[in-house]
Amino acid sequence: MSKSDESIRMAPSPSRALQSDADPWADTRGMIGAPGGVINIAHEAVDRHVENGHGADQALRFLGKNGSRQVFTYSDLSEASAKFANILVSHGLEPGDAVFSLLGRGPDVYIAALGTLKAGLVFTPLFSAFGPEPIRTRMEIGNAKVLITTLQLYRRKIAKWRSEIPTLKLVLITGDVAPDDCLSLDQQMAGSSSKFTTARTGPEDPALVHFTSGTTGKPKGVVHVHNAVLYHGFSGKVALDLTPGTIFWCTADPGWVTGTSYGIIAPLVNRVTIIVDEAEFDLDRWYGIVENEQVEVWYSAPTAIRLMMRAGAEAAKPYDLSSLRFLASVGEPLNPEAVTWSEEVFGQPFHDNWWQSETGGIMIANCPGAQVKPGSMGKPMPGIQAGIMEHEGDRLRELADGEIGELALKPGWPSMMRAYLHEQARYDKCFKDGWYLSGDLTTRDQDGYFWFVGRADDLIKTSGHLVGPFEVESALLEHEAVAEAGVIGLPDETAGEIVKAYVTLNPGFTPDEDLERDIRGHTRKRLGPAVAPREVIFRNTLPKTRSGKIMRRLLKARELGLPEGDISTLETDET
Amino acid sequence: MTEEDIRAVFINELVKIAPDLDAQDIGEDERLQDDLGLDSMDILNLVAALHKAFGVSIPEPDYPKIATTRLAVSYLQEMQA
Repeated sequence: MSKSDESIRMAPSPSRALQSDADPWADTRGMIGAPGGVINIAHEAVDRHVENGHGADQALRFLGKNGSRQVFTYSDLSEASAKFANILVSHGLEPGDAVFSLLGRGPDVYIAALGTLKAGLVFTPLFSAFGPEPIRTRMEIGNAKVLITTLQLYRRKIAKWRSEIPTLKLVLITGDVAPDDCLSLDQQMAGSSSKFTTARTGPEDPALVHFTSGTTGKPKGVVHVHNAVLYHGFSGKVALDLTPGTIFWCTADPGWVTGTSYGIIAPLVNRVTIIVDEAEFDLDRWYGIVENEQVEVWYSAPTAIRLMMRAGAEAAKPYDLSSLRFLASVGEPLNPEAVTWSEEVFGQPFHDNWWQSETGGIMIANCPGAQVKPGSMGKPMPGIQAGIMEHEGDRLRELADGEIGELALKPGWPSMMRAYLHEQARYDKCFKDGWYLSGDLTTRDQDGYFWFVGRADDLIKTSGHLVGPFEVESALLEHEAVAEAGVIGLPDETAGEIVKAYVTLNPGFTPDEDLERDIRGHTRKRLGPAVAPREVIFRNTLPKTRSGKIMRRLLKARELGLPEGDISTLETDET
Repeated sequence: MTEEDIRAVFINELVKIAPDLDAQDIGEDERLQDDLGLDSMDILNLVAALHKAFGVSIPEPDYPKIATTRLAVSYLQEMQA
């Protein structure tokens, strides 16, 4: 494979993402420094503040599971990311090369992300709860050159197949102990200089690749460029009220796009102090953090908010939560009850907003100060044009208020994706008549508020994560007993949706509880608990089209007792 | 129920929810989420299963008290007493 095939570079032709008449984003350039025309996310997020005399400001407060607390200033982050950049360069890595992280919440992911961007390489975070299979697939598609992870995750999920990824040159293990074919990050950092000249990246140079699931086929690597920093900074300020010195807590996992756009970049560009909690959701711990750290802006997700609701308003009573000035939620639609509940408990609603890996930043939001309609995702951000579309052959028809159609956005904002890695055709399919098609069905009321209705495809939204049924079905089919598999998402009051699988068996296997558990165990090992089905149902046959495609839509309609819709393509029915 | 009975039922419910685990390999002090890889939905499902098995309803703030097998067994024992 030649160098140009392995590294992430843009096609020479102008991207569709940039097709617009004028540049309404020119003003946002005032938010960044862009010295000598260089736009580099790490510079704008960290080094710029140090140069402007804010090096001693707190950038991160890391709260360890064990009760430890560690503060990083902007100078600390600047130096640590320079060291990380030097490590990459000293191992012969070059701009455009792909650096993957498989890490939980902690300072290392910040240092790795910023160091990677500083060196002009491309950063991809992965969800540490993924099983080996999704990790491997993404590293293969992304031509991973570097992986940074923990010893435990490496041993459990990577070591077995590491040698089968031909592009992988360097594996860094956090801490000071590493297996023979890896290097210790601590040791490398200790021997590395804290001076680094930031790569002279241009606005359209790739910076980040986030993976998102597809309905069919493999996951898609969504490419974002350094210019995205304009929108990260802008939307952080406008939608989340981030201002210098704000104490901000984004609870998203760093392995997902929210954890990067609003866990790392937007807050740092706005020079806020970020709270990073290593632990998973723990009610008392969370309320305690808000009180002790005096959190002002809290960006969380519906699943977590619903877990707080389950515990009731009483559980929040012992805590002083008065430092909170703005609450926001993303990941899946926030139900009206959760909005009302948060008004009672926190004295203000959680403000839902909507965006995707592809959009790179918040597109539709209940912004600070605006009236919240519980259950609505809000209104388009300033500068964002959104419409509701119906497909009419090759054309789109814009629908009126109150009608249900696909949410579409006029491309042109800086953090819009520039490509799906190696998948031009799939990228092109997202655009029609000058609109980007989101795949989400929505409606708009007469006041201009947007309301989520459902997905236009079979993708499943569970605990804020987008799960592609194809990836789950593929893992099911690897089990010796499974002949066919159909995977759907079913409504769940806490997770939004849960993953449920329907399978038929190969001859010689008996559908019983032991086999159900064995199949679920197999998929959990391959995919991890967030992606694997929570339930497996046995069927004699599955509903299929004439071309043999399993009709997931029909499985779901029947499970929910909904109308079956058009079943003219149904060839074999379910038994 | 003896401590041993409680442990057996607890492990049985745990591997029903997370069948990727081998009942024999689960250490007394391994944390369900950090070491055994359960996620928060698994914990909710486990709490529901324990409610069914023991008739004990575990409030949200007590979830840390069932974070390992050892902790859970002693918590369930206390709740039953």
